[in-house]
Amino acid sequence: MAEAHNPLEQFVIKAWVPIKVGDLDASFTNSSAFMLLAVIAVTALMVLAVRPRAGVPGRWQLLAELSYQFIAKMVSDNIGKEGRAFFPLIFSIFMFVLFGNLIGMIPYSFTFTSHIAVTLTMALLIFVMVTIIAFAKHGIKFFAFFLPAGVPIVLAPLMIIIEVISYFTRPFSLSVRLFANMMAGHTLLKVIGGFVVPLGLFGFVPIAGLVAVMGLEFLIAFLQAYIFTILTCIYINDAIHLH
Amino acid sequence: MELEAAKMIGAGLATLGFIGPGIGIGLIWAALISTVGRNPGAADAVTTTAWVSFALVEALAIFALAIALLILFG
Repeated sequence: MAEAHNPLEQFVIKAWVPIKVGDLDASFTNSSAFMLLAVIAVTALMVLAVRPRAGVPGRWQLLAELSYQFIAKMVSDNIGKEGRAFFPLIFSIFMFVLFGNLIGMIPYSFTFTSHIAVTLTMALLIFVMVTIIAFAKHGIKFFAFFLPAGVPIVLAPLMIIIEVISYFTRPFSLSVRLFANMMAGHTLLKVIGGFVVPLGLFGFVPIAGLVAVMGLEFLIAFLQAYIFTILTCIYINDAIHLH
Repeated sequence: MELEAAKMIGAGLATLGFIGPGIGIGLIWAALISTVGRNPGAADAVTTTAWVSFALVEALAIFALAIALLILFG
């Protein structure tokens, strides 16, 4: 298979401005550029759209208010009153992941959420933060989290092992879910796209499939941002209220 | 066995991972349909949960697909 037709080629990270700090490669890559673009786009949407502060919102203001309400409801439903303090963090995570996924849907752009380095960093930060919150709030009592109330004492050793393992796999399942969805979806688009020209006259069949998969990808882009955020909410809720 | 042939077989075997999520997604939608059929008023409340469960189960199928694609093109 020729290198130019490899469907994984779209995920190659290219250093645009090489920067070396000792042995550390801190280059400004296409991944960093698109992360910056996502941050700028989110900031522009939230700052410029609500600038008119109209009583009857226009389209852009409505979009900004809808996304605010969407996350505010998610936070209050999942965490409750204590969740207000975490709203800025959760809202930033949601908008960052959502814009990363959606900007990635633009042809020839780069999807930074399709890299485990990006998603695992976010997931590990969330994991460490949640653990610190739990210890700060409950102290040593936090270890009761690993033994759900009402478990027979015979089952306790087994339950504790299972709960500890499931606690420590959280950052990995959180990050792998997002990264694998994005990577597999974009590779699938490229693979189906590769069928169009070789099929000649019947190329319209894969094009129709491509349109359908594209629609599914937009759904997935939103859904995965939603899942990532709601799981963050659930983890924070676990840390604040234990079981 | 040639490496290329082994890769193809491996990718094919990796797609076996679709079986479980297929059953799971079927169960989710079946439960949603019967719930809404019994109590149409609950539709709004359960649909969100159904989509979240759909995404959680679907992610497993995506893991299998990612492995298959990585074997083929990685």
